[in-house]
Amino acid sequence: MRYLPLTDADRQDMLSVIGASSVDDLFVDVPAEAGLSGKIAGLPDHASELAVERHMAALARKNLSAGEAPFFLGAGAYRHHVPASVDHLIQRGEFLTAYTPYQPEIAQGTLQVLFEFQTQVARLLGCDVANASMYDGSTACWEAIGMARRITRRGKAILSSGLHPHYVSVANTMAKFTGDALVHAAPTLDAATDIDALIAGIDKDTSCVVVQYPDILGRIADLTPLADAAHAAGALLVAVVTEPVALGAIQAPGHMGADIVVGEGQSIGVGLQFGGPYLGLFACKQKYVRQMPGRLCGETVDAAGKRGFVLTLSTREQHIRREKATSNICTNSGLCALAFSIHMTLLGERGLRELATLNHALTVQAADRLAQVPGVRLLNDSFFNEFTLVLSKDAREVVRNLADKGVLGGVSLGRLFPDAPGIGNGLVVAVTETVTAEDIEAFAKALEEELA
Amino acid sequence: MTMLKEGRPTAPQAVAEADEAPVTATGNRALMLEEALIFEIGSTDTTGVDFAQAPQVASRLGSLARTGSIGLPGLSEQETVRHYTRLSRQNYAIDLGLFPLGSCTMKHNPRLNEKVARMPGFADLHPLAPQSTVQGALAVIHELAAWLVTLTGMHSVAMSPKAGAHGELCGLLAIRAALEARGDARSVILVPESAHGTNPATAAFCGYKVEDIPATPDGRVDLEALKARLGPDVAAVMITNPNTCGLFERDMKTISDAVHAAGAFVYCDGANFNAIVGRVRPGDLGVDAMHINLHKTFSTPHGGGGPGSGPVVLSQALAPFAPLPFVEKQGDRFVLVEEETAEDHHAQTFGRMVAFHGQMGMFTRALTYILSHGADGLRQVASDAVLNANYILRSLDDVLDAPFGGSGPCMHEALFSDKGLAEGFTTLDIAKGLIDEGFHPMTMYFPLVVHGAMLVEPTETESKAALDQFILALRSLAERAKAGDEALKGAPYFAPRRRLDETLAARKPVLTWTEPALAQAAE
Repeated sequence: MRYLPLTDADRQDMLSVIGASSVDDLFVDVPAEAGLSGKIAGLPDHASELAVERHMAALARKNLSAGEAPFFLGAGAYRHHVPASVDHLIQRGEFLTAYTPYQPEIAQGTLQVLFEFQTQVARLLGCDVANASMYDGSTACWEAIGMARRITRRGKAILSSGLHPHYVSVANTMAKFTGDALVHAAPTLDAATDIDALIAGIDKDTSCVVVQYPDILGRIADLTPLADAAHAAGALLVAVVTEPVALGAIQAPGHMGADIVVGEGQSIGVGLQFGGPYLGLFACKQKYVRQMPGRLCGETVDAAGKRGFVLTLSTREQHIRREKATSNICTNSGLCALAFSIHMTLLGERGLRELATLNHALTVQAADRLAQVPGVRLLNDSFFNEFTLVLSKDAREVVRNLADKGVLGGVSLGRLFPDAPGIGNGLVVAVTETVTAEDIEAFAKALEEELA
Repeated sequence: MTMLKEGRPTAPQAVAEADEAPVTATGNRALMLEEALIFEIGSTDTTGVDFAQAPQVASRLGSLARTGSIGLPGLSEQETVRHYTRLSRQNYAIDLGLFPLGSCTMKHNPRLNEKVARMPGFADLHPLAPQSTVQGALAVIHELAAWLVTLTGMHSVAMSPKAGAHGELCGLLAIRAALEARGDARSVILVPESAHGTNPATAAFCGYKVEDIPATPDGRVDLEALKARLGPDVAAVMITNPNTCGLFERDMKTISDAVHAAGAFVYCDGANFNAIVGRVRPGDLGVDAMHINLHKTFSTPHGGGGPGSGPVVLSQALAPFAPLPFVEKQGDRFVLVEEETAEDHHAQTFGRMVAFHGQMGMFTRALTYILSHGADGLRQVASDAVLNANYILRSLDDVLDAPFGGSGPCMHEALFSDKGLAEGFTTLDIAKGLIDEGFHPMTMYFPLVVHGAMLVEPTETESKAALDQFILALRSLAERAKAGDEALKGAPYFAPRRRLDETLAARKPVLTWTEPALAQAAE
């Protein structure tokens, strides 16, 4: 057993130091009726590295990976090219196999990265401060709603119809137990977002308005009027960004008045990975920092006066506050935050802007080409790298049939919003720098056949 | 050409004992390199990535184009590699040596796991891809789920929770949904004093009132006190087993029976499942819900603080309330049951906890680890983990106070206290001394039920030689702390930083970098 270093001779020596005759003696506190006398039946025994790799590779081959087909899926997870050095660096054992930096003298690598990450995220989202990351965008979104409740002492949150439906589901699940009232409707197939309706819905009980930017249909709206309306009523604006690359091209929510900006950081550095692990981004205005959930890294000095970094403001956290903590969260998404930070450092502002420009340009080309397909209408007036097509028939079936033709052609609104049959013909299409002109053409041709 | 005979000296001159190392101009000390922040060394006009020229198009950004500098510095690829490589060397890691953090379970992370997780068929897969194109991924989830159910002797498993604390939340939400389904409003959750801080935090988050259960003098749940407190207002009891004192809760089955008789549920914090995997099935102890930290028991990497992964095994009573989504096998096909299809046969679900389907990247790694060990190897994992911990306990209990050492063997971790250290010497001094000795410190000041707790968990992946070196170091430090060696209070001396001022960091938080001129203006 290649991961277990003790020899039988070691075990005997150690047992004699302990004064036990066998390892079973060490399990003496396990009641006889609960202890298993041998290995569990019906399970295979240990296997060689080669055998395990073969087994897993065979399972991997049963999937059609994004790189093997014209690929246009988004809706909260985006396929971007991740430079080779990112994966190389996160696999350095000193990063990969370190624990939470509770002993800062020997964790300055992780801590400095977190400090840099927090600064990068705050600047990208247009906020004063950011934390060291959350599980993912959907849980960060719920935590933002809880934070708004604590700040405003109000319990009603208004969720935009353009918010990712999984994020809405997560919030609904939690609200059932915390007693928050959530106001939400499914989206309609309009070119305009629901900003006006959101403004109209704000009242004196509203803790926050939660709006996605760009939204689930790819639409982009100026958040300034919404922020003003929320603030006038004593409520907060929570903005959700599921595609942070967009912020290399469009105004940051924090600069439009959002009080809390959360997001899914997957698209920078992390990769698709069938949905996780991902990276929750969480940023806010300075004045709310002590109500923020999650870990924070801060600058300080050591006993010799040198600059260094530590986890800080932990009096908000569960291991100190226990039942009075701002959140029960005990991990961040450290390795994904590292990947994000490295990729962002490689890009720099110039690279990020170039990446965003390229994404947008290819998306414009794809939108225009696909809109020419008979039976297809482009919904959006505005978009970044994702838009919605309205098809002449239910998009769920179209997506399945396209997959059979080897084209991964977007996400159907029927899958995202099964309870809103009126929008079942909608198809959300994402286009990143990984898409080629040939891919766009193949998608258009396949769609044409499917809708004929 | 003739070679010069007098070249560089090839033998060192004798070094005087009192030689002081000189101060260097750079602040570097040979391989120990100082590294500035990216904001100090990068520029917004530098990039390490090249892109194809973007086609010229008219913008459709809705007149919201971002203007002004974002303030994100870039580095070339070479500078990037160097920056992060230098930073990495300021970290301790399990790859460098023993990392005895009790209850955190820092075991070796096999590299096959990393290779498998990066196979394009897993890594380059969109979570919303049509199900016909992701049958292999769904098979991985299904296969891992089957292992977890079998190893724990439970009815089913919810795979989507993102970490241990998220799994606790999942378990409590299932319990609350089950109680509500039978119209039974209960308001209290009982938690032992020795519990992880996440337990009371999670219970409070779910809207419950938290009450402590006292411990017995031998470090276990006080069964009589617990029985006395049970009643119609108690929704659940959260118990960690093996507990955070490193001890098996001998009365677990009796506790479960009493809790069930009172109409409540048993939540087990499975953080320490690595001590009993293959030897005890929590299902046989009457557990209703238990999270499994894949990054602990099943070796997925901790990555400097995450990502974790916290699947929750459930009893038959709680299974109908499990969250969406989950994977089912229908004939020879795997089906992802999510909102679209849940109505038919999973109408009682408490809902969705997370976007998409959980930590797939951790599932591939954990399954790889499980298949590598098999049923025989996993049993050996628990055996060796417990053997290693007891070896440490009995090799040091003559110099360090072991508060529960007299009650018998420990499980996967050995617990010591600061009793007997010289006046003014603390657990912190011993921890920082371990840094100089080349080890990561143990978990300190936890569990809260022991004064100055030192919780040592070696795991099964340490050799006897590594354990002996650790024992040597800890014995030496214990003796120095008992003898009042003042030098210990200055430790660490040899780490990249001396002790850091955490009070300053919290009093005047600096959480992001600011250009020095702006920072000065703000003073």
